[in-house]
Amino acid sequence: MSDFNGEFWTVYISVITVASVLACTVLLWTLSTKRVTAGRTADVTGHVWDEDLEEYNNPLPRWWIWLFYLTIAFGVAYLVLYPGLGSFPGLLKWSSRGEYEAEQAKARETYQPLYARYAAMSIPDVARDSQAREMGQRLFLNYCAQCHASDARGGKGFPDLTDQDWLYGGDPETIVATITNGRKAMMPAWGKIVGDEGTRNLAHYVISLSGGAHDELRAAYGKELFAANCVACHGPEGKGNPVLGAANLTDKIWLYGGSSTALVETIGKGRNGVMPAWGEFLGPDKVHIVAAYVYGLSHPAGGQ
Amino acid sequence: MVKMQAHVKLTPVPAPEAMEQALYEVRKKIYPRAVHGAFAAWRWIFVLLTQLVFYGGPWLTWNARQAVLFDLAARKFYIFGLVFWPQDIVYLTVLLVICAYSLFLFTAVAGRLWCGYACPQTVYTEIFMWIERKVEGDRLARMKLDKQPLSARKFSLKGVKHGLWIALALWTGFTFVGFFTPIHTLGNEVLNLSTGPWESFWMLFYGFATYGNAGWMREQVCKYMCPYARFQSVMFDPDTLIITYDRERGEPRGTRARSADHKSKGLGDCVDCGICVQVCPTGIDIRNGLQYECIGCAACIDGCDQVMDKMGYPKGLIRYSTENALKNHLPTQGTLKRIFRPRVLIYSAILWAIIISTLVTLYRRVPLKVDVIRDRGNVMRDAEDADVQNVYRLQIMNTQEIERDMRISVSGLDGIEIEGVSRPIRVAPASSLMVPVRVEAPRASGNKGSNRILFTVEATDPAHPDSAPLKVEEKASFVIH
Repeated sequence: MSDFNGEFWTVYISVITVASVLACTVLLWTLSTKRVTAGRTADVTGHVWDEDLEEYNNPLPRWWIWLFYLTIAFGVAYLVLYPGLGSFPGLLKWSSRGEYEAEQAKARETYQPLYARYAAMSIPDVARDSQAREMGQRLFLNYCAQCHASDARGGKGFPDLTDQDWLYGGDPETIVATITNGRKAMMPAWGKIVGDEGTRNLAHYVISLSGGAHDELRAAYGKELFAANCVACHGPEGKGNPVLGAANLTDKIWLYGGSSTALVETIGKGRNGVMPAWGEFLGPDKVHIVAAYVYGLSHPAGGQ
Repeated sequence: MVKMQAHVKLTPVPAPEAMEQALYEVRKKIYPRAVHGAFAAWRWIFVLLTQLVFYGGPWLTWNARQAVLFDLAARKFYIFGLVFWPQDIVYLTVLLVICAYSLFLFTAVAGRLWCGYACPQTVYTEIFMWIERKVEGDRLARMKLDKQPLSARKFSLKGVKHGLWIALALWTGFTFVGFFTPIHTLGNEVLNLSTGPWESFWMLFYGFATYGNAGWMREQVCKYMCPYARFQSVMFDPDTLIITYDRERGEPRGTRARSADHKSKGLGDCVDCGICVQVCPTGIDIRNGLQYECIGCAACIDGCDQVMDKMGYPKGLIRYSTENALKNHLPTQGTLKRIFRPRVLIYSAILWAIIISTLVTLYRRVPLKVDVIRDRGNVMRDAEDADVQNVYRLQIMNTQEIERDMRISVSGLDGIEIEGVSRPIRVAPASSLMVPVRVEAPRASGNKGSNRILFTVEATDPAHPDSAPLKVEEKASFVIH
């Protein structure tokens, strides 16, 4: 776009605009009187229809031409007051950006008291407020549902927010922190380190942790590999670690699927989940309400 | 096609000597003379009817709200029991189509009926001219008054006239805005001088337009601004009823004593009194034939009939007739029979078809609208026991003014069901609600890829649980992979 911000284009546009206005005025001026020879009636345009139907060049009423001049005056005034001549901003300094900001400021003024009231309440209290839940749902549907789905139950790679299983913890403060700053999950790829067989064995051991159908022998080999490589994050019992965002592997809840194929892929290639940071975009007040909505999803009793 | 004899009388007066002539003609003020008669009575009936609807309309109440209210801010149009939402825009289109076809039909049958009897420009001009006559007197009195120098009497007469005009115009502007803002609220705001900027603008603008158009512009609107005048000729045919002067019967015109036997003197029935010209609101002489300025108001018919009565001649020297009837001397019966010609019959058939189908759809309209929006991020997900879940948002619009309980169900695959919505959802009167819906079906119940399913929303009236529910079905796709 910067190609069109140069001095040349400003002059180009201004010249065309001003010349057009002038041309209209001159045209109108020169056409407003005409010469009629003595004894003649009005001219005929030369158009004849249906044998004898002629068109006369009859005069228009005087007020009509004044209306034309009025529109020209309006156009000139408009160009002086509003942007229209290249980069000249107009005397009123109007801009669409300015209007947008003014509307935002007005909206902030209207809604700020409402947000302020909820901001002063604790998150569990906000979650119990039906109006706040409605506001929260609307915000959630706008900003969060693309990944976490409209019913907040997530999908492959996107956590279900309605259960009690939390990667980073589900207390109000942590939810606010997660929404505000986002999260970057990093499960390293182990395929090259433990090899294909090792990956498969690990997968069977992980399935065994939550009591799924597995190969005993592979699980036994996998257990050793797990102790050597995975406990640092997922803990000796595979219960995970919310500080690191390491998943609990014993609860049958799988972010990327719990089949052996899916687990082989997870372990072999690793996973990199990203939750974007919303703090700057939404601001603390909206984050507070969305957090309360999310908190309320897994604490339905809190809503009673 | 009827030829409009535009070349007969429209030529300006020849310039006496070579001069710079203003191209833009100064308006010659027209002083229409009051006229009484059958057609004038018809016009007054239409004036009263249309103004009763216009001025009275916003004051009617229905369901504890204004009966006719076009609430632009809330994007809802209330017309008695009906509430129209933006989705109902098709009805506005249909209304415009009906108006257009009616215009074609009426014009083909009897020319500019709309202009002569129902057009707001005619109607308000008629009212304003009535006020003018009551204050300043009829044609001659007004002409005399305008020629006088300004005196206290002239000043007060003009002042009273314009005062009344402006008062009526402002009331018209107020009523107009009253169709868009509840008129009782608006009335209070006007009394407290606290109307909003847009309301004030439109009241003043509409008032100013009424005052300007009906008080000052009058026939100039019809002659120079209205496009209808320009294309009426293509909507006429030789069997269209038009206001015509019977040249054969009238000519040669001339003055004569009432007792004289004009036929022996070689005169026609036209006594050349000029009444038909004096009463014409657009200032034409109908004896020159049909002209584009003729708005079909029939004032000249009423005027001429009165004179014919006085003279003891039969009425109808100027009358509604057709080009064919005049040329071929058709009897009235024959003229009327020609109304039923293919063009008119086709117009009528189409018009009735549109009106009837519109009424049927209006009657069968389900006041409940449902939009199904699939979740885009998560196309599908696995649930337990080899089930598949898809998530949708249902936008449910309760377009009626009563509370509704909505029950949502889904069909189309074996074992398909909605999860998590057990209770009926209550939707407030005339409002909409976005409901996230999770649908689950066994993986084996459908094909890989997209499967057609059907959402059914049934709305019951909680106040009358036994009444038949409203039902809307919406198609959607359920993805399995």
